[in-house]
Amino acid sequence: MKKRTGEGKILFSAYESGKAIKKAISLNRDDILFELKESNLRGRGGAGFSVATKWMLASAAVADSKYVICNADEGEPGTFKDRVLLSEYPELVFDGMVIAGYTIGAKEGIVYLRGEYEYVRKALENHLELMRSNNLLGNNILGKEGFDFNIQIRMGSSAYVCGEETALIESLEGRRGEARNRPPYPVNTGYLGKPTIVNNVETLSIIPHLILKGGKWFKKFGTEKSSGTKLFSVSGDCEKPGVYEWEWGITVNEVLKRVEAKNTKAVQIGGASGKCIPKSEFNRKIAYEDLPTAGSVIIFNENRDMLKVLKNFMEFFVEESCGQCTPCRIGNKKLLEGIELIEKNDFTFSYLNKLKELGKTMQITSKCGLGQSSPNAFISILENFKEEIFSY
Amino acid sequence: MLVSEKTSLAEEVEQLVEQYGKTRSALLPILQGIQKKYKFISDYAQQEIARHLKIHPVEVFSVISFYGFLNSEPKGRNIIRICKTISCDMKNKLSVVEAIERELKIKIGETTHDKKFTLEYTNCLGLCDKGPAMTINENVYTNLCPEKAVQIIHETEG
Repeated sequence: MKKRTGEGKILFSAYESGKAIKKAISLNRDDILFELKESNLRGRGGAGFSVATKWMLASAAVADSKYVICNADEGEPGTFKDRVLLSEYPELVFDGMVIAGYTIGAKEGIVYLRGEYEYVRKALENHLELMRSNNLLGNNILGKEGFDFNIQIRMGSSAYVCGEETALIESLEGRRGEARNRPPYPVNTGYLGKPTIVNNVETLSIIPHLILKGGKWFKKFGTEKSSGTKLFSVSGDCEKPGVYEWEWGITVNEVLKRVEAKNTKAVQIGGASGKCIPKSEFNRKIAYEDLPTAGSVIIFNENRDMLKVLKNFMEFFVEESCGQCTPCRIGNKKLLEGIELIEKNDFTFSYLNKLKELGKTMQITSKCGLGQSSPNAFISILENFKEEIFSY
Repeated sequence: MLVSEKTSLAEEVEQLVEQYGKTRSALLPILQGIQKKYKFISDYAQQEIARHLKIHPVEVFSVISFYGFLNSEPKGRNIIRICKTISCDMKNKLSVVEAIERELKIKIGETTHDKKFTLEYTNCLGLCDKGPAMTINENVYTNLCPEKAVQIIHETEG
């Protein structure tokens, strides 16, 4: 598979399979945790939790077995960067998992690959085989006495909510992918009740580079609060859709310029669960402290009907809500019905205001990230594009 | 269901149980194995799986009903899934869908008379930079136009 090496500063830079594992096993576990802490690396799957904290908690947990799970259930509409990492840079993903295993004291790694990416599986299995024959997996890895680690690939069967870490664990345990109550968190009660870290594909792929070059080096990129680079999945109305590695802190305007988008009216940052911003906010920065995202950027030009866009998102959430908690199960339906009322021109503003309130209730009362973020699009599109939607 | 079909299905389940184990964690891989081969998981298959895993058949059904790619009703030998998420939608996926519907004389959600194809929508396939996109079984097709999509379908065997 053709690589993009040279096109980015961290992930899309040169890396030799196994190199970071070799260095990691020469280090003390605490030194690795220190570098992670120093780097200020935060999860790339959307929630942005500190990787150092997650790994420290799992590392400190006492148990006879622990697990490293790679969350490759990339289901957020408009997101496809993990597809690129898995197909072009499997060595980064897997080396990152091995290093995670070494650091927290796990012997087993599981990649939870979404069913839609079945076609990537064969190449991944081949790479795992190669790693086994090079002793990058298996027993006493690279001669390190007592360091055993193996990786298996498990498939999803199409359920967006399984990208939520506790739903993912439920799915791995052979159940419906319904999010668990937290606490307890997976770091002490995860897969099969054992300490487990669940990290996004991109997060794990950063680890090998971070081990080789250190936390200080990593922090040179990005902003003060958002260190490093980010993979962006750009689609919609532009000349150059695709996956790009840019530093955190890039403005929406700059993104639009680089992908040659013209006559842009709106940009959806963070996929269906993210926010839709209008032209007046294109100078905002993409970073955890301003516009956080797992990397999805969907561009809409002046000819797009924003109500139609919103309806597409809400239909998605109605379908993908797992149904276990009421705010999400009923709330999303009500929001979709609201959009249909607008379509038929059969709405009242007072009712729409009630729906916005309902959206805010969903944000604070839903059990998992799905229902907590699904009203974002509804609230931001109705607010930011009201002139268009209500034909002022 | 013929007795011979039942026997071969039971053997298939047994083989999968042997491969993945009898624990609850093995349930999804076992279901995926049956789904892949038969394109649906029949009542009988569900009962057999439940028996091996020592769980109630309704537990098996509840898992099947949760996941988009598992189903308990028969489908065509080839499942066409078209991405309906916004990026593919903006690249005119509707014209692709309509062309396929006309060609196969079925609507979204239906199966052809000869049971060769089932046509479905699916949520984001993660191919938003190459839309419109579709999959036929595990194969991926991107940058579709109506003519190309129809041609791919005609070239699909089985």
